[in-house]
Amino acid sequence: MNEVLQVKHLTKSYEKDEPVLKDINFNLQKGEVVVIVGPSGCGKSTFLRCLNLLEPIDEGSIVLGGETIGRKDKNVHQHRQKIGMVFQSYELFPHLSIINNILLAPVKVQKRDRKEAEREALALLERVGLSDKKDAFPRQLSGGQKQRVAIVRALIMNPEVLLLDEITAALDPEMVREVLQVVLKLAQEGMTMAIVTHEMEFAKAVADRVMFMDQGVIVEENTAKEFFAYPKTERAKQFLNTFHYEALEI
Amino acid sequence: MDLEFMRTHLPLYTEAAWLTLRIAAMGILLAFLIGLVTSITKYLKIPVLTQIANVYIELSRNTPLLIQLFFLYFGLPKLGVVLSSESCGIIGLAFLGGSYMSEAFRSGLDNVAQIQTQSGLSLGFTNSQIFRHIILPQAVSTSVPLFCANVIFLIKETSVFSAVALADLMFVAKDLIGIYYKTDEALFMLVSAYLVILLPISVIASFIERRVRYAGFGDTSAVSG
Amino acid sequence: MQDLGIQVLFQGRNFIRLWEGLWVTLRIAVISMAFSVLLGFFLGMVMTMHNRAVRCITRLYLETVRILPQLVLLFLVYFGAAKHLGINMSGETAAIIVFTFWGTAEMGDLVRGALIATPRHQYESAGGLGMNTLQTYFYVIIPQTIRRLLPPAVNLLTRMIKTTSLVVLIGVVEVVKVGKQIIDASRYQTPTAALWIYGVIFIMYFIVCYPFSRLSLWLEKKYEI
Repeated sequence: MNEVLQVKHLTKSYEKDEPVLKDINFNLQKGEVVVIVGPSGCGKSTFLRCLNLLEPIDEGSIVLGGETIGRKDKNVHQHRQKIGMVFQSYELFPHLSIINNILLAPVKVQKRDRKEAEREALALLERVGLSDKKDAFPRQLSGGQKQRVAIVRALIMNPEVLLLDEITAALDPEMVREVLQVVLKLAQEGMTMAIVTHEMEFAKAVADRVMFMDQGVIVEENTAKEFFAYPKTERAKQFLNTFHYEALEI
Repeated sequence: MDLEFMRTHLPLYTEAAWLTLRIAAMGILLAFLIGLVTSITKYLKIPVLTQIANVYIELSRNTPLLIQLFFLYFGLPKLGVVLSSESCGIIGLAFLGGSYMSEAFRSGLDNVAQIQTQSGLSLGFTNSQIFRHIILPQAVSTSVPLFCANVIFLIKETSVFSAVALADLMFVAKDLIGIYYKTDEALFMLVSAYLVILLPISVIASFIERRVRYAGFGDTSAVSG
Repeated sequence: MQDLGIQVLFQGRNFIRLWEGLWVTLRIAVISMAFSVLLGFFLGMVMTMHNRAVRCITRLYLETVRILPQLVLLFLVYFGAAKHLGINMSGETAAIIVFTFWGTAEMGDLVRGALIATPRHQYESAGGLGMNTLQTYFYVIIPQTIRRLLPPAVNLLTRMIKTTSLVVLIGVVEVVKVGKQIIDASRYQTPTAALWIYGVIFIMYFIVCYPFSRLSLWLEKKYEI
């Protein structure tokens, strides 16, 4: 088996509330793209944040490349380098130019040679069509451009898995496409990814597998084709229906 | 107005202005350091030191500089701690300014969104690397306008130094009024001297503020859901 | 220390006299603040007008008051009035004039800020609900303005109290003067009196200002939008 990431019986709750994630089991094969969909507040973003060890978990385990990992591990920072993450709000570092945003982690964390890392950074910027922006500052970029830089910033760490958390949710509609195109290309090149998104058309195009979550549990899991064409559960049907306006009865 | 009188007494004012500036510079530098240390202490929630920093900040912010100076200059000698007028001025200004600088810097630190830390974590940075490379530079940049405002505020506060026998601008003006009764001339030169010191600084400050605002630090327009 | 200097506080009416002295400055602060609030509301509304000349003049007033140390303003009025108006203005009157002049500018700017911070669409949506202008102001705009205004206004009061400590430098008999009298009177029995008296005055200012700072913070949290 070529499993990059495995999650077994993951449970998580905030304070004493009802758990936000209940007994989640999840596998990610090398080169596979899994899209996680579900209504707001279903726990899908929290799930991604757990995978990157940004949130403590109550029960269960996360296995990365055969090794169980946790937030309290001594080498938690090494684990995180293998898992790249891109946020909805880009979170570029406003005090650094684009090239320095990208180079900060490889140079300071991985202690790579700056010259060599810079060559790779420029090649990656070229691929997302932003090589002319390398000396610009984040404030000078549009949302879509910022998000493409954020993707490059994660890619340069050569992560084994890339987590994308609603990366187009803060973007104007006309910028969504330029970002999703980059992600589609990554998928074709065999990048292993877990993606949370509300863009159903994009999910259809990019996903090998779709996971539908509701109220902290995985309700349905299927290939993208099957899931969108023939949802099995009532909840999934209802959820997919909310994207069809003509189905609304006014 | 007696221009001749003003010309002959101008050196008194320039000398006093330099004295004010020298003491202000040292006091503000110390205040800056105190502010940096106390705000980082509070940010990192270091036990005991955080409480000490809090007590200091409240004491400093809720008492007038004049009273702080009286205590330093007239009170402390009774404990055997005798300070020169100049040291009193510097220490007093640092004691007062430290808390203002601390609050300014603290607001800069608080302004750096939590998710910037997470973004750093997801790239594999350690907490101390995140603080050094991501949070600190942003916090310093966002607090620059407040630092500038504090510098102006503290230079203005130096006007009470005459109370501890420092021969500053107020001291000179009061002297000239008392001795020669040249009220208009003395006051005119007093106001001019403060304008010469403070106007350029406030112009520079507003220029810096525009620059920082343009840089878009602390921009929270992109919120996460 | 062979003698307990603090006993000087409890001889005769000393402690009460100190509080009476502090009340002199507090009274100046409260009166000036009351005038400043009244005039500041008026100024703030004027400042939101779109007339260029009005804007220029109010801006100039604000910047002038802000750039000069309050002590310089005090000197200008106290010594200047004595000379040109031929009246011997009491220090207290001069102080109330100066602090009102300063406080009005600060308050006016706060009012202006609070007024323009209320978004345009608040007026429009109130109008859209069928309210007339008076109702719009009474039910929608003024409550929001006051919420924005109260925390910084309380903060201004604390600044006012701290700044009025300056009046000792233009000869007003207040807490520091009373303190000096006590120290002089007990020079022989209690040589360390200065330490205790100035220490106590420091604490007294803290006791007065601290509750207001807390109140300002509390209001800020409570009214956070």
